[in-house]
Amino acid sequence: MTRLPTAIFLGFALLPAAAAFGTETYLLDLFMRVMIFSIAALGLDLLVGYGALVSFGHAAFIGIGAYAVAILASHGINEALISLPVALIAATAFAYLTGTICLRTRGVYFIMITLAFGQMAFFLASSLAPYGGDDGLTMHARSTLFGLSPFKNERLFYYIVLACLIGCYCLCRSLVVSRFGRVFRGARENATRMATLGFDIYRYQLAAYAISGALGGLAGFLLANATDFVSPAYMSWQRSGELIIMIILGGLGTLHGAIIGTLAYSLLGEYLSGLTENWKMIFGPLLVLVVLLARGGLLGLAGQVAAWWRKQHAEPQP
Amino acid sequence: MTAPVLQLEGLNKNFGGLAVTRNVNFEVAAGELHAVIGPNGAGKTTLINQISGLVAPDSGRVLFASRDVTALSVPERAALGLARSFQITSILPGFSAIENVALAVQARIGTSFRFFGCAAAESALNAPALAALDEVGLTKRADALAGHLSHGEKRALELAIALAMQPKLLLLDEPMAGAGRDESRRLIAVLSRLKGRFPILLVEHDMTAVFALADRISVLLYGQILTSGTPDAVRADPQVVAAYLGEEME
Repeated sequence: MTRLPTAIFLGFALLPAAAAFGTETYLLDLFMRVMIFSIAALGLDLLVGYGALVSFGHAAFIGIGAYAVAILASHGINEALISLPVALIAATAFAYLTGTICLRTRGVYFIMITLAFGQMAFFLASSLAPYGGDDGLTMHARSTLFGLSPFKNERLFYYIVLACLIGCYCLCRSLVVSRFGRVFRGARENATRMATLGFDIYRYQLAAYAISGALGGLAGFLLANATDFVSPAYMSWQRSGELIIMIILGGLGTLHGAIIGTLAYSLLGEYLSGLTENWKMIFGPLLVLVVLLARGGLLGLAGQVAAWWRKQHAEPQP
Repeated sequence: MTAPVLQLEGLNKNFGGLAVTRNVNFEVAAGELHAVIGPNGAGKTTLINQISGLVAPDSGRVLFASRDVTALSVPERAALGLARSFQITSILPGFSAIENVALAVQARIGTSFRFFGCAAAESALNAPALAALDEVGLTKRADALAGHLSHGEKRALELAIALAMQPKLLLLDEPMAGAGRDESRRLIAVLSRLKGRFPILLVEHDMTAVFALADRISVLLYGQILTSGTPDAVRADPQVVAAYLGEEME
């Protein structure tokens, strides 16, 4: 189980070396974005894959983290020791406060109400006239750390993002097998049983929701620095939808599936958009096929293929 | 005589125009196994649901260990020591049998807001869980997925979960429901061993089990307690025979 995630992280770590032979900045940029969205996708997989809480407003957490950095930067505060905690706290607080309301609902209602809060954040950002409103806000300087500028060096920044991704992955991995994670997973299995055991599952779900928001905030902090720009589009419901597609594509409830899904989604989109302008005409049906044919996403598909392969090559029974 | 573990005072519940619980007054004494019997639709499960907190009564009070718990939530009541099993098996199918029980132990000891460390490797949780599984004869199936257990094993697992909570009162809603003859016999043996260790409120259809196990029996009919008494007294009560037992006893 640990081999695949290790291979993924190793691949990310070796990419800059391979990229040196080609169009380095383009590839670094692309994979950095993949890793940044993977962090947010990990947080979403925590909710959807382990808690059956389909949050449809997840892009808001990224956007809030990104805006926190950009707004501070527009006031001349570039120090990451200030802007990173602010981004994390803002996203976590937003998740916590909206979670107190969202988590009183279930199923489709939960999806709709998280979507509503996501849209609220979107329209709030659009109406922030002093900070660019609809047009977004350009960051004239990237964050600094202890007065140094690690985010200006593309390669160093790349490895910082990788370190963040590995850290978040380990955190989530630890979370789902911990006592907390066991209660959280139990709530998905049978909420009534959990209540009669003495667990007030609402408190556990709220904590998970806030943690997931924090991961989104971290992704937002990194994204703002990677793009030197924030805009309300970061919080659009399409972005939230993309995140859900990513984790389903990779395989729900596996954590590394979230990373694989984000990678596959981004690379496929990148490749297809190079082929034709109407690439979503191909992309859409492809996604439908994956969901229909491969329950458990790409990871599930790989598992099925492996099982089939073993069956074909098994020693004939005497 | 110590105070009763559970007291129901003037409990009423209507579903629409249907009175499913009508002015129920009743007690479970410390250490006794109290059975509630009654025909289908008499309101037995609704009564249990009001005790465990899943259904709120329209009026009346539920006192648990002399404390009014009518306004408390399900998890709050469980934390006070009220454990229950369900008529329709209620387990975590995607968890292993031992994890199902270990969760009950986890609810009882220590905090569950612990984000690090593998819960499945904690012997403080696993040892009591294994003991509870042993009690119901499921030791060999500890690592099997709960969803893959046979029906009888699932019933036994529900019992183990309730046991691991080390409850002050055990509410058992038809623990034998759907179990085969042999399974029933095994469950009766388990229950008779538990008897005396915890006060038990047993709702059951299986009359053999009820008369073999119960210290006292209450008969519920159309939401009302018809009579309460020892098994012998209940068996001899002409009202009960006419209303309910007549068809089942020879």
